[in-house]
Amino acid sequence: MSEYSILIGGKAGEGINTAGLSIAGLFSRLGYYTYMYFDYPSLIRGGHNFALIRASEKKVRAHRTPVDVLLAFDQKTIDNHRDRVRDGTTVIYDASQAVKAEGYGLPLDEIREEEKAPPITGNSAMLGALARVAGIDRGVYEDVLRATVPAKHLEANLRVARRGYDAAGEVFTVEPLAAPALPVLTGNEAAGLGLVYGGLESYVAYPMTPSSNLLHFLAARAEDLAIKVLHPENEISVILMALGLAYAGEKAAVGTSGGGFCLMTEGLSLAGMSELPVTIVMGQRPGPSTGMPTYTAQSDLHFVLNAGQGEFPRLVVAPGDLEETYAWSATALMLSWKYQVPAIILTDKTLAEGAFSFDIGAVAPPPDQEPALWDGAGEYRRYARAEGGVSPLAFPGREGAVVKVSSYAHDEAGFTTEAADDVRHLQEKMLAKGASLAAELATYPVVKVYGPHDAGATIICWGSQKGVCIEAAERFGAQVVQPLILAPFPVRQWKEAMIGAGRVVCVENNATGELARLLRQHGFDPGRPVLKYDGRPFAVDELEARLGEVIA
Amino acid sequence: MSPERFAGKPAGGLISPAENTWCPGCGNFSIQHMMKSAVAELSEEEGIPLENFVLLGGIGCHGKLVDYLNVNSFYGIHGRSIPAATGIRLANPDLKVICHVGDGDIYAEGLDHLIFAAKRNSDITVIVHDNRVYGLTTGQYTPTSPFGFRGRSTPGGITEHPINPLELMLAAGATHIARGYTKKIRHLKDLFKEAIMHRGFSFIDVLQICATYFNLTDYYNAHAYELQEGEVDIGRFESALGKIREWDYDREAPIALGTFYSVEKPVYEEKFRALTAGKPDRRALVRKAIQEWR
Ligand SMILES: Cc1ncc(C[n+]2csc(CCOP(=O)(O)OP(=O)(O)O)c2C)c(N)n1
Ligand code: SF4
Repeated sequence: MSEYSILIGGKAGEGINTAGLSIAGLFSRLGYYTYMYFDYPSLIRGGHNFALIRASEKKVRAHRTPVDVLLAFDQKTIDNHRDRVRDGTTVIYDASQAVKAEGYGLPLDEIREEEKAPPITGNSAMLGALARVAGIDRGVYEDVLRATVPAKHLEANLRVARRGYDAAGEVFTVEPLAAPALPVLTGNEAAGLGLVYGGLESYVAYPMTPSSNLLHFLAARAEDLAIKVLHPENEISVILMALGLAYAGEKAAVGTSGGGFCLMTEGLSLAGMSELPVTIVMGQRPGPSTGMPTYTAQSDLHFVLNAGQGEFPRLVVAPGDLEETYAWSATALMLSWKYQVPAIILTDKTLAEGAFSFDIGAVAPPPDQEPALWDGAGEYRRYARAEGGVSPLAFPGREGAVVKVSSYAHDEAGFTTEAADDVRHLQEKMLAKGASLAAELATYPVVKVYGPHDAGATIICWGSQKGVCIEAAERFGAQVVQPLILAPFPVRQWKEAMIGAGRVVCVENNATGELARLLRQHGFDPGRPVLKYDGRPFAVDELEARLGEVIA
Repeated sequence: MSPERFAGKPAGGLISPAENTWCPGCGNFSIQHMMKSAVAELSEEEGIPLENFVLLGGIGCHGKLVDYLNVNSFYGIHGRSIPAATGIRLANPDLKVICHVGDGDIYAEGLDHLIFAAKRNSDITVIVHDNRVYGLTTGQYTPTSPFGFRGRSTPGGITEHPINPLELMLAAGATHIARGYTKKIRHLKDLFKEAIMHRGFSFIDVLQICATYFNLTDYYNAHAYELQEGEVDIGRFESALGKIREWDYDREAPIALGTFYSVEKPVYEEKFRALTAGKPDRRALVRKAIQEWR
């Protein structure tokens, strides 16, 4: 099997992320499936940024530690990544930065000066050199540059890239595959497209890593996708605006991370009580508090499951890859409207900002879901008792309807009440909606199983850890089980998936085993924990080693 | 809970069957009845269908108003009516969106939203039931309580001075600023109508009697006067500011009632309209975006 790993590193502000995406694009064009992990501290200039790109004939959704090519803009990149360099690793470095390394030294300052090119074109020189080392045709990287560099700077970039190409030598050959060139998207982009597919009309957000890029993406594409994108004063305003939009009949979603979600919890409770649909994209990062803004974690599961006061149903989806992110962002939005409940799409930095080849052909179109609308007969009551707890919707402006929603305990018409009977019915109606939602979800495959069922060993994981677990499981011939829905928890499907599971381990990017705790709450054995909580996702080889200690 | 409001005189039918729980003598009654009349009259005079009015409530005694009128309503949470109102207006430009908020509700808990709605000139109307005390939580001081006010949380008297909300709103960029008083009901109704019809962010601070915790009737009766034509140039910031500073909610001074400022500026919600107009097929747009990726 052909597979390649490349690392490109340098200071923040040097465009490492874009360069990484170009490298992913290079392999993608040759028919390879690609993945990129981007590691950066929370600063704008300086520090150390790096992108790890892995390209393979088969689906990859995780990185490996060793690399075939190391592209270094500075000494830090060489020093920090010594453990990734093996026999056969080619190093390409900026020789004008007094970098000590063995490999191809590119005199970037000189090249840029001679070509009268701006500093950022150093990335193109690296791309050119990489193409040469990997035996990739000049036309291919030129294509990539044409697609990514603005026309104004294209010529300079092409010149500089060629200098990089000429300065290196061919070390190995990446054979073009017969597979189609898949687009490379981030999880945020897949979520945004999925939301719009599901009917999104407005997206409201306040910037917070790792969800800011979803805001940026939708804002940049607002016209192409015919949506409104709003950035108000804070997250409290964000979710309240979304609820106002929903009340008036417009489908809205919001995006944030843990700190912003803290502020949204009062709006979340309001959504629960007033039965206004809202979809929240919650990108996790390490906490508590500001934590590590640009790193990754799966440590907000119980927060999103329990956020808000009182008891109300919610949908919590944790997609594990782009295809699931796309399909379930659409579905979550549609189901939140059908059941008039808040829906939370739980991602994390690994998934949200990671870039992956996106195979729309592998996505079964999410089934259509329509909200129940008022038929106009008789007197409108916003909270009319109905089969399954879902009352038909009407929106203000509708003749003959007075639409009253409320944060208070209310009767069927929406008037405040504290009468024992009324509030009991209200609570039961909410619970009934949760039961209806759970029943509907039982018809979807929401517990995913991969690998041989009779393996005698099972790896449990959720969210972004899906890819690395599936790959590492192959080494042990183990089965992988992944719950896509965390609330309402798919008890029946889980039970079935775990029959004959054998030895069980539960892999998570957190310190306390949050999925394990949820499983225990439902009476299931989560097996032995394999946890990582340093803000970085597992590398495949790293996870293999850790699993070896517990299941081999 | 009947929708009889559609038959006969609209104003009569606008009162809902919800049981009223305000204290006898509370200023909220005046605001409720004048809002009801304003809605009914605007509906008749301007041809605005009753179903196009939306009332929002904050949390406090004032918020109950939205239960008492048979009009579309969003009974929200403490201090948060304004962003919800903005969302409603964003979704449907035909709606007349009116927030009933309390002084604790909006000047304490919700101040950021108030300032930003003014700054962006959101096309909503904010009516502050400014009784200068927390009513529903039984008598604590608010941001507009006068210096020395003894509330249940400050028995020794507060050592802070009140904010002047009109001055704050002028600085924030509100395009329509007025003050009313619950004992001047006809005047109040006219202020309501004017504010609702203003295109852009309109703000009315209503001096409201709290019969139970802070009854300032005598004080207001002695000091309040209605602004006369020409007394303030409502199109000029400096003129409005001068009048607004005449009384600072603290020291003894004449208290002007009426409109201090009213100008036209581009409305926040309008710039988003074109984006979603005409029911576009978003699924086709998504497929296209994926097909033509980068
Ligand atoms: C987040 C939050 N904090 C506190 C409260 C409790 N609370 C209810 S009403 C109120 C004060 C209301 O004062 P004001 O806005 O002046 O309204 P009034 O009752 O005087 O009309 C408070 C603090 C609440 N409901 N929500
Ligand atoms: S406490 Fe004051 S504001 Fe509240 S109802 Fe009584 S009089 Fe009115």
